[in-house]
Amino acid sequence: MISFAFYFFAVLITLLFLVTVMSKNVLYAMTSLAAGMVLISGLFFMLGADFLGAVQLIVYVGAVMALYSFAMMFLDVSRDIKEKNGSSLTVFLLGGAIAVLLVIIFSAPILGAGAQALHPAAVGATNPQAVGLVLFTKYLIPFEVAAVMLLVAMISGIILAGKQMDESLSMIEQDEIIDETKEDEQ
Amino acid sequence: MIGLSHYLILSAILFSIGLVGVLRRKNLLMLFFATEIMLNAANIAFAAISNHYNDLTGQMFAFFIVAVAASEVAVGLGLLIVLYKKYGTLDLDHFAVMKG
Repeated sequence: MISFAFYFFAVLITLLFLVTVMSKNVLYAMTSLAAGMVLISGLFFMLGADFLGAVQLIVYVGAVMALYSFAMMFLDVSRDIKEKNGSSLTVFLLGGAIAVLLVIIFSAPILGAGAQALHPAAVGATNPQAVGLVLFTKYLIPFEVAAVMLLVAMISGIILAGKQMDESLSMIEQDEIIDETKEDEQ
Repeated sequence: MIGLSHYLILSAILFSIGLVGVLRRKNLLMLFFATEIMLNAANIAFAAISNHYNDLTGQMFAFFIVAVAASEVAVGLGLLIVLYKKYGTLDLDHFAVMKG
């Protein structure tokens, strides 16, 4: 049953991500990416990483994809993307070769020595409890640094995307707004 | 039976899909999508290894990857909107200013 679920998820995720990479339409690409991320959270639940699966659903599917769809309001997504692609075969061979190389590089230490668990999961605790125990003891400082990083990212996102925000719509009079919209229509 | 290697192979396949996307696409938004695919592939590998060794370190790194991805998207989309307002396109060939 587990193996059926794994192959089901694996095939669907691969197909959806292939659609993301190959599609000419931004809307198709984004939708298939979101669906693939939902299915990846299924893989996390199968692996016993319940909290990670929930975070994947909330942060990736909820926040990141919502941000993408928000950004697509600024762009014209109805027309297909025209791209001038070079040699496809070279890219595929290069991509595959680099990926295989990376796998070999990263699996070399695992194959070489028997790795030991650095932070074994607490006995008798559910996954979110164990995650909390490790996150707020061993990884407290990286956690705080990640929080600061998110704050910096938020401020920079506001500043980059929100140019001309110094004139607040709530501060000017109602008549001026109506005048401006009339001017825009003309 | 599904073991660690199954998950690692799936992760490698997804990573190579993302890598092909990064190499192949010329649209900036599509490049962001391919980057997300690569980050997710790394997350799968981390969760699988964490499960295999019964060690939570892998899941911790996956959480930090999620945080990095969220901030990357926030900054990247801000830059993308600025670029689109300035040039009216997201084609990478259009941004190439060095003729080499």
